[in-house]
Amino acid sequence: MAQIILDMLSERFTAGEIVETGAQHGNEWARVAPPAWLQVAEYLLRAPALLMNMFIDLTCVDRLPREPRFDVVLHLYSIEKKHRVRLLAGLPGTSPSVASVASLWPGANWFEREAFDMYGVVFEGHPDLRRILMYPEFQGYPLRKDYPKEKRQPLVRRLPGSV
Amino acid sequence: MPLSFYSSKLADAVNWARKYSLFQYPFVTACCGMEFMALWAPKYDVARFGAEFPRFSPRQADLLIVVGTVTEKQGPVLRRIYDQMCEPKWVIAFGVCASTGGFYQNYSTMPGADQVIPVDVYVPGCPPRPEQALDALILLQERIQRGEGHSQVVLKQEKGFDVPLATIRPTNARDGKSPGIDLVGHGRSVVAPSGSPGDQAKALPPPDEREPPPARGGGA
Repeated sequence: MAQIILDMLSERFTAGEIVETGAQHGNEWARVAPPAWLQVAEYLLRAPALLMNMFIDLTCVDRLPREPRFDVVLHLYSIEKKHRVRLLAGLPGTSPSVASVASLWPGANWFEREAFDMYGVVFEGHPDLRRILMYPEFQGYPLRKDYPKEKRQPLVRRLPGSV
Repeated sequence: MPLSFYSSKLADAVNWARKYSLFQYPFVTACCGMEFMALWAPKYDVARFGAEFPRFSPRQADLLIVVGTVTEKQGPVLRRIYDQMCEPKWVIAFGVCASTGGFYQNYSTMPGADQVIPVDVYVPGCPPRPEQALDALILLQERIQRGEGHSQVVLKQEKGFDVPLATIRPTNARDGKSPGIDLVGHGRSVVAPSGSPGDQAKALPPPDEREPPPARGGGA
């Protein structure tokens, strides 16, 4: 569909920055080294032949026990060129962090807060990185695969006799 | 005839009035609300049972209906709404989520509203049919008539009665323990315990010393 995106990325960046590329079900993806995350994103937004001006989605995947453990996934689309691409960045299990793209696409703001809330990924340079869904008293990151399924963190003292 | 005879007859009458005039507070959080609306609509018509009047202030309601999933984050809100309701009060858990958490078994969902507030009647179903909710309402009405609602039981344990006995025993409000509220509504404030500041009752003379109301149509 949009092999031109992967070609331009491979041409513009080194093999150490664009680690791997591929396509699945007609959608191209590129695995980016975390230090180059913001530069690659900005190039995709500004390059006249690409113009990925629409932010679609940003989320995270916990691939325990693989290392790097977390994959931050960014979906982009170009309204003018009508092509899309998926970026992935593998982050380590201990103190995962990557640059924030909220300065390029303001819509990424709450998505990065959600990924931080659920997986504990720190987005450096984010304007307001705090929990968005869980309450501030919540300890830990509930969508991590090592979070206990049965664990509850009640805000109100349980009534006597309740399970 | 002992006083207990009259008070038990009064309790029957008051509970009869209570069960046919439930003011409900709908705490609707999720999809069960659709079936709950059907309950209100003409086809099922909860007005037949005197419980059609939704009050969106907990202070005016005496039946809390928890409709839908309750999250841990909502726990303090639900508890606070329950605490704000005047006694006696009743609670219906509408649907499996409000009853047990339903199929949600995760970090965010409270496993049943009864974790934080007492529940009188549970209605299973995902969502329940309106008939089930009507059945639960009738069940609750029978329980109210018998004086077995959780709040009625607590009141009976704490005060010895669950109906305003001031109607037949007005001295009860002067023993210093009752809040000093005029439960009869005959226009005269019950005298608060002596020595309490801001006693409005002292400013009000007894009824026989007040000026008589002006005669109607006195000019004719």
